[in-house]
Amino acid sequence: MHQLILARYGEVGLKGKNRRMFENRLIRRMEEAMTGLPLKKISRTYGRIYVTMTGQVEAALHRLSHVFGLVAVSPAVGVPLDMAAIKAAAVKEMKAAAAEGYTTFKVETRRPNKAFPYKSPQVSREVGAEILKEITGLTVDVHLPQVVLQIELRRHQAYLYWRQLSCPGGLPLGVSGRSVLLLSGGIDSPVAGWMAMSRGLEIVPVYFHSFPFTSDRAQQKVVDLCRVLARYSGLIKLYIIPFTSIQTALREGGQERLQTIFMRRMMMRLAARVAEKEAAEALVTGESLGQVASQTVSGLAATEAVVNLPVLRPLIGLDKQQIMDRAKEIGTYNISIRPYDDCCTVFVPRHPEIHPDPVIVAEQETGLVAPRLIEEALADAETLFITTDWEGS
Amino acid sequence: MKDIYLDNCATTRVHPQVAAAMMSVLREAYGNPSSAHRRGQAAEELVKKARRQVARVFRAKPEEILFTSGGTESNNWAVLETARARIRRGRRLVTTRVEHLSVLRVIQRLEAEGFTATYLPVDKYGQVDLAALAAALSPDTILVSIMHVNNEVGSIMPLADIAGLIKQKAPQAIWHVDAVQSFAKLPLYPHELGIDLVSISAHKIMGPKGVGALFVREGLNLPPLLVGGGQEAGSRSGTENVPGIVGLGLAAELLWERLTENSIHLARLKARLSQRVLAEIPDVCVNGPQDSNGAAHILNLSFPGLKGEVLLHALEDKGIYVATGAACSSRRPEGSHVLQALELETRRLNASIRFCFSPENTVEEIDYTADCLAEIVPKLRRIMMNKI
Repeated sequence: MHQLILARYGEVGLKGKNRRMFENRLIRRMEEAMTGLPLKKISRTYGRIYVTMTGQVEAALHRLSHVFGLVAVSPAVGVPLDMAAIKAAAVKEMKAAAAEGYTTFKVETRRPNKAFPYKSPQVSREVGAEILKEITGLTVDVHLPQVVLQIELRRHQAYLYWRQLSCPGGLPLGVSGRSVLLLSGGIDSPVAGWMAMSRGLEIVPVYFHSFPFTSDRAQQKVVDLCRVLARYSGLIKLYIIPFTSIQTALREGGQERLQTIFMRRMMMRLAARVAEKEAAEALVTGESLGQVASQTVSGLAATEAVVNLPVLRPLIGLDKQQIMDRAKEIGTYNISIRPYDDCCTVFVPRHPEIHPDPVIVAEQETGLVAPRLIEEALADAETLFITTDWEGS
Repeated sequence: MKDIYLDNCATTRVHPQVAAAMMSVLREAYGNPSSAHRRGQAAEELVKKARRQVARVFRAKPEEILFTSGGTESNNWAVLETARARIRRGRRLVTTRVEHLSVLRVIQRLEAEGFTATYLPVDKYGQVDLAALAAALSPDTILVSIMHVNNEVGSIMPLADIAGLIKQKAPQAIWHVDAVQSFAKLPLYPHELGIDLVSISAHKIMGPKGVGALFVREGLNLPPLLVGGGQEAGSRSGTENVPGIVGLGLAAELLWERLTENSIHLARLKARLSQRVLAEIPDVCVNGPQDSNGAAHILNLSFPGLKGEVLLHALEDKGIYVATGAACSSRRPEGSHVLQALELETRRLNASIRFCFSPENTVEEIDYTADCLAEIVPKLRRIMMNKI
């Protein structure tokens, strides 16, 4: 039974003086992801993190495959630094590979421990020969092997592994600070949040609830989306801001053509207020260019003009198909396509303004929404703490 | 908060007596009717009693009632197996554009198998076009499937006229009636009209979900849809849902024995709501049958300028539960095929609300609903209406 997981990380290793901070953050995230699993310890040597379990290794692998900053995880075995022990372990591992139907392999050895008496190529050769001798049906292919048995000769032990699960890469969550995500329930915004997180940016999602214009099922959709995002992030704090009275005020007084822009400006203002409270330094939105009428450069400009925070739009360079593909990979797509209106779809002006003039927008907006309504919305905001249950994932 | 349930075509609250009867079956009479011992026999007797209770409503023989898992299974079974068993006699199927999807989807599947289908149009009141029916019927028509009461707008199909036309133009055709929305609420005697198959469901009549029945005229050849242990005289395999069947039987009996009182009460509720709404709110229209035509328990209104869904949620906020249309199609983006078949103006299409009453509803509840509508609709319209 494997009790050991070897985790590799990419970009984190490149970060000069900050490396230690990055690694610490990564390990903390790994520990958090393992909540409830029998974790014994997490240790690191240069370029590798070793996770020792007392059971449930498969579940641990699955969870770690959602941790940003990790590139890949492998179940591994550790044996004493002894040629006979290494060979025995290698034969056992490759028997398992053969049982899964693999037919070609090669052995790769690394020897950070230069005290080990054999050099890497010699270890590979001898272990390979032993495998060929012991297991029929396996042949060596040094160019395109189906299985690569990795042997790492470390200070106290030799580690062997061949199976590998890829992880999302990127940077450990939190190293880039914290942001507020405007989360609608559509396909785009959860992907935008995921991409922000992949760059180490924590997210605090904000959802605007416009009952009865949007239903409680639309809100449930957002909660379910957060549950998926929480697989990657751990605990998520979701803000649900009642938006009905603001939306009503906008509809009653404002010009039809500018409704979408008015609404988005109000959302930006409210999100910025949440950011202040949560010590977040940026806003993240699912906007991209040209997808809908309000998503023109001048539309985005008019929207972000009301806040002082940087507004990050990770999807700006993607087209709809690419966003949908990413949503499917992340696991949010099937939730996003549930057919409940969100606040962006229920009120679509017949002829929305494509090139809003910021001066006119600001002028028209004046007096539409009483400041009291904004304060009430914030005061009545609900927060939900959401974790994933790892079911169906 | 108030709790006014006006979505009784989607499903109903189980009658307390029905729930109690079912509970005692779950706990005491839990035997398998096919078992040889006493417990089995006791369960079998309960199923027989329920069969009699349902048969009485149809003025049919108990053996003509076969229990199923609900309206969908009954419809699927009736349509699919009738057509397949008669493929040598002809391939022509006739139905309407406003049938439930559990009929329409099966007919589409049969079309893919090589049958040809005619989907009869309806008029703006949801009534099937009899001239079109007369034209569609021919000697090679093997199946006619026309519902009794439409589930979205409450139109009552003219079954007596349809019976006459079938007798005259396609006497060999098998006639199936989906009576899920009318069972025990309107009289329907299959033998008097020459109907061969009738589908019903328990949960529309204050019975439980997951159980229904198919009336199969004595002597009719209908191969089973589900095969296996040969329950229901070999016609429908699967261990009988005894608690559900007991619930169906009792629910049918309870509703049927109060048919007259219920009809009067429901008609009063419907008239009250439609009169008040039409008088107090401008620009509201009744979809489907007008005035006292149509089923007494269904009222479908359009509030142009509003999205039905928004009004639904606003009413929910007041403790009133309604639907925009059939629950099964409310999540489909293309909207209701029934309202489309009625060829309503576009502004009415997505602005519909369906109110469905049960004998449990009261006049006070209807008045409260009318009050809420009169308060909410103008307010929402102001917000939702497009401005220039």
